[in-house]
Amino acid sequence: MAAIELRGVVKRFGPITAVDGLDLDVPEGICLGLLGPNGAGKSTTMRLLTGQALPDAGELRALGHELPGDAKAARAEMGVVPQLDNLDVDVTVEDNLAVFARLYRVPDVGAAVDRALDLARLRDRRRDAVDELSGGMRRRLLLARGLVHEPKLILLDEPTVGLDPQIRTELWTLIDDLRSRGTTILMSTHYIEEAERLADEVAVMTQGKIISRGKPSELIAEHAGRETAEIYAPPDRLAEARLTAEAVGLRVRPAGPAIAIVGSERANGEAVPADAVIRAASLEDVFVLLTGEEAE
Amino acid sequence: MSEERTRLRRLEPAAIGGVMSREAANFRTYWKGTTFSSVLEPVVYLLAFGLGLSATLIDDVDGLPYVEFVGTGMVATAVIFSSALPAMFGTFVKHRFQNTYDAILAAPVDVEELVSAEMLWIGVRAGIYGCVPLIVTMFFGLNPAPGMLLVPLFCFVTALGFAGFGIAMAAIVAKIDQFNYVTALFVTPLFLVSGAFFPIEGLPEGLEIAAQLNPLHQLVELVRGGAFGYEAIDLVRFASLVAFAFVMWRIAVNRMEKRLID
Repeated sequence: MAAIELRGVVKRFGPITAVDGLDLDVPEGICLGLLGPNGAGKSTTMRLLTGQALPDAGELRALGHELPGDAKAARAEMGVVPQLDNLDVDVTVEDNLAVFARLYRVPDVGAAVDRALDLARLRDRRRDAVDELSGGMRRRLLLARGLVHEPKLILLDEPTVGLDPQIRTELWTLIDDLRSRGTTILMSTHYIEEAERLADEVAVMTQGKIISRGKPSELIAEHAGRETAEIYAPPDRLAEARLTAEAVGLRVRPAGPAIAIVGSERANGEAVPADAVIRAASLEDVFVLLTGEEAE
Repeated sequence: MSEERTRLRRLEPAAIGGVMSREAANFRTYWKGTTFSSVLEPVVYLLAFGLGLSATLIDDVDGLPYVEFVGTGMVATAVIFSSALPAMFGTFVKHRFQNTYDAILAAPVDVEELVSAEMLWIGVRAGIYGCVPLIVTMFFGLNPAPGMLLVPLFCFVTALGFAGFGIAMAAIVAKIDQFNYVTALFVTPLFLVSGAFFPIEGLPEGLEIAAQLNPLHQLVELVRGGAFGYEAIDLVRFASLVAFAFVMWRIAVNRMEKRLID
């Protein structure tokens, strides 16, 4: 049985359709990265799964529970790590965890708090108020709070958005540890590297729909080929190189100050300038080609 | 996923207790300031009204020394200010600024349980703090009476109603400064025409009838009943406060469901 099953799910906010006929299966025991630009419908999908948003159409099941009717029972078995830090900042680390252990009806609150403190590596800070913690510690605590009841399914909504690279790496280590223990994870992100490093499978989402899904290597092979040629040059030369590549059927995307010719291994010598930097095709190439958005 | 599943029902004590434990954990960080102001305020009021007004302008009201009249009436003002205002501002801040409710509703807690827990917590707090003016008035000459033992219950039930009112207002307003309208249009008139500071019998007829519908007036009369002797009509007064709390609870749940669930 899939941990998450969505069929034809639609969610509208007035004239805006945030989720547009979404079909999504997440098998048990995998980490699925929901990769999409801002406004793609990722966070709305997460809220639909917790019953905090009600669908206008479609069928949703999480851990065998029909949603939204049985959302409360589903939430008891899932953990949610939100995009925004909503810890109680004046309260101690352990009290933050104890409150959620009670909300999740954990029988032994003390043991659950100790386990979560170990996971977040915050045992020696347990009696400190949250506002005395560093940004990285707070994110670890937020993650541990969502895991205090040892859920079968974890929803990570942009878990490292806005964090500096060092804290992001810390969080990735923790998430990777969960993945290796077989916990089912649905992780929304718009960071390519995050999806590449953590997800067993990636679903690219834009305008409320999944437009492609597979293992990162499969997506790259399918949409971007083997190699990408990056050209760094003045704007007029970039425009000329783009025209030349597109004339022979190659796909070109912007890459900051450069352009990237995707699938450049298929080109003859003239379509790829000699001074182009050749690199392996990446998930970023796939993301930009499919969504038309610049990657972060 | 084959093991037996926990059955989750409406209004589960575990969910309500969990939300209240969050409030208690936060309260431990600010109880000193709240307690200080709730004790100091009635002392200042009683010094001003009791030793000021009663010494110069008013000797007694309805046969009661003015200090005792105001002291028993101030229970109602303590209740509305420790229930309606914290409910309005607290709910708004937790929802819009701190995203606290997003976190709680991601756990197995529904909006009805969340609102019920918030109302109960405010009710308990206001039930306790509402008694402070009564205790302070004893130092100004009010004699203790057995009927006063019911005052915490009256304060609790009234505070439940005003907590529901405050939560509903927090769900309705778009911006925090719109609470100025709520305070000016509802809270201040309710506490001024509650009979806490002067008897409502002296008001123009229409206003007196309106004041009779004021839950705070019913509380004032019940507290005075506790201090100076109950009457049969006090049962009706208490029943009206219970009805007020129930109606406000349903309105608060309804408004918060609309606000919190997309």
